[in-house]
Amino acid sequence: MTAVPALRVTDLCKSFSGIMAANNLNVEAADGEIIGIIGANGAGKTVFVNMITGYLKPTSGKIEFQGKDITGIEPRNATHVGVCRSFQVSQVFMSMTVEENLLTALSICKQAGRAMLQSPRAPDLLIECEKLMELYNITGHRDQVASTLSQGVRKLLDIAMAVVSNPKILLLDEPTSGVSVEEKFGIMDIVIQALREQGATVLFVEHDMEIVERYVDRVLAFYQGEIICDAPPAEALINPQVIEYVIGGEHAPNMNASEDAIHA
Amino acid sequence: MNQILKNDATIRWAVLGFFVLAVAGYFMEAWVQNNIMFGLARGLAVLGLMVLWRTGLISFGHALYFGIGAYVVGLVDRNFGISDIFLRLFLAVGASAFVGFFLGFILRKYRGIFFAMLNLAFSMVLYGILVKVESLGSTDGFSVSQTTILGWTPENKYALFAAIVFVCAVGAILVQCYLKTALGTLTTAIRDNELRVEYLGFSVARAIHLKYIMSAGLAGASGALLAMALGQVDPDSMVNWPVSGELVFITVMAGPGSVIAPFLGGVAFEFLRTYAFELAPEAWQLIVGATLLGIIFFLPMGLWSLLERIWKRRGVSS
Repeated sequence: MTAVPALRVTDLCKSFSGIMAANNLNVEAADGEIIGIIGANGAGKTVFVNMITGYLKPTSGKIEFQGKDITGIEPRNATHVGVCRSFQVSQVFMSMTVEENLLTALSICKQAGRAMLQSPRAPDLLIECEKLMELYNITGHRDQVASTLSQGVRKLLDIAMAVVSNPKILLLDEPTSGVSVEEKFGIMDIVIQALREQGATVLFVEHDMEIVERYVDRVLAFYQGEIICDAPPAEALINPQVIEYVIGGEHAPNMNASEDAIHA
Repeated sequence: MNQILKNDATIRWAVLGFFVLAVAGYFMEAWVQNNIMFGLARGLAVLGLMVLWRTGLISFGHALYFGIGAYVVGLVDRNFGISDIFLRLFLAVGASAFVGFFLGFILRKYRGIFFAMLNLAFSMVLYGILVKVESLGSTDGFSVSQTTILGWTPENKYALFAAIVFVCAVGAILVQCYLKTALGTLTTAIRDNELRVEYLGFSVARAIHLKYIMSAGLAGASGALLAMALGQVDPDSMVNWPVSGELVFITVMAGPGSVIAPFLGGVAFEFLRTYAFELAPEAWQLIVGATLLGIIFFLPMGLWSLLERIWKRRGVSS
């Protein structure tokens, strides 16, 4: 008997007034796998992420999490079953400090009845908060208000908040968008290492092919609502269709390899 | 919860402040006592509005619950002869929270101006009914008999004053405890980012509904206390739209900084109105309006922020 995949998407479609934003998507993700989602603007990457996390209801198709149907689930219920996400624009509590953000997030996700009537500064939450800040390297910003953080640190906080409930699947929508070039790799090193430690299956949308090449186990390339390539990065990034529709010749990570592939 | 009660500085100050006020009230002139009593009573409704404001919501119609509280006191007095302050309060809070529970299912879906105006609409429906129904006293309302306290009929108004101070202190402490719980921190969290709260697994609608019921109950208590302090209920001073306006006015004037602020704001408003009326009987609203403008321009976080500033400066210099 084959193991049940962490995530299985079958024939998933989404149309907006007749325009297919997602067309027959079929994806499986194993436990602990890290998958990069690439595609030009409007290719359907975020629609895909939004459908899995309940932000959008699919027109047809099925989404299964560990064999359980979660198609069209409410966002908060997605979190309850273990599917969490971060956003392209960091969604943190801007007027709170880094520590308050994490403590609030921790106390909300541990909302089992009476826990909501306790202080968010309960000793067990403070310990967990400390661990998270260390894991995501933001301890130094503990007392800084979120609105004054740099984009990079805010992204780290955003992702730390998305994982407070120890999700089984985490979807990150452009974790490095808006982050300076110098910060990018530092942030991804921290995030990927932390997520590997937590053993979560990660799907992240990314435009930077260097990051895709360096961190993912598998690439899903989107074009006009369809997945045109599902392969390991070494293979996907030299796929002629991916080069033509996603990467674009001049942005290819390895020009020679790309050209060879085209002329082959 | 015990930990919050023990360690919170605001609660210590609230207990001390209200205790001093209760004692000082004994030596006050009747008109000062009355003003403080009215101000504190309104402060309870403002406390509820402050919780909503911290969540990013403003209601222009809480006179609905204020009125329900006041009229429940009047009706249980007239029809059943219930005169005990705590029993009256219990029934008033119950009735207003009950209405808040039902209307909350509609209101929790709305934000911003729609939330504010829908509340106003509901309050005007109640106003419309009250002015038309003869048996409820129509536009004149009806009087409320003297309040008793646990079976004792006090000889002067000081007992009611002290009881109102006590009720307000309990209200402030309970709300402060609530704000310090995980559920309470959801106020700022929802104002800052509803989407994140949903994705952390909590229903924003449910959290707002709970806060709405709470604010309705507090406004009910507020109306009930004012009805007892005035000895009278009538639609124009209990349910009409300027009553809601006054509550929002005090909320902005007091600022969202502390659970003590609404009571400070309520009392300040009563004195402002009294002196403005004495100074310019024909144009007292002008003075009241100008004061609010001044506060918005120079103290955008309300009177409470002024106290905080003074406090900090004293802290630094000592």
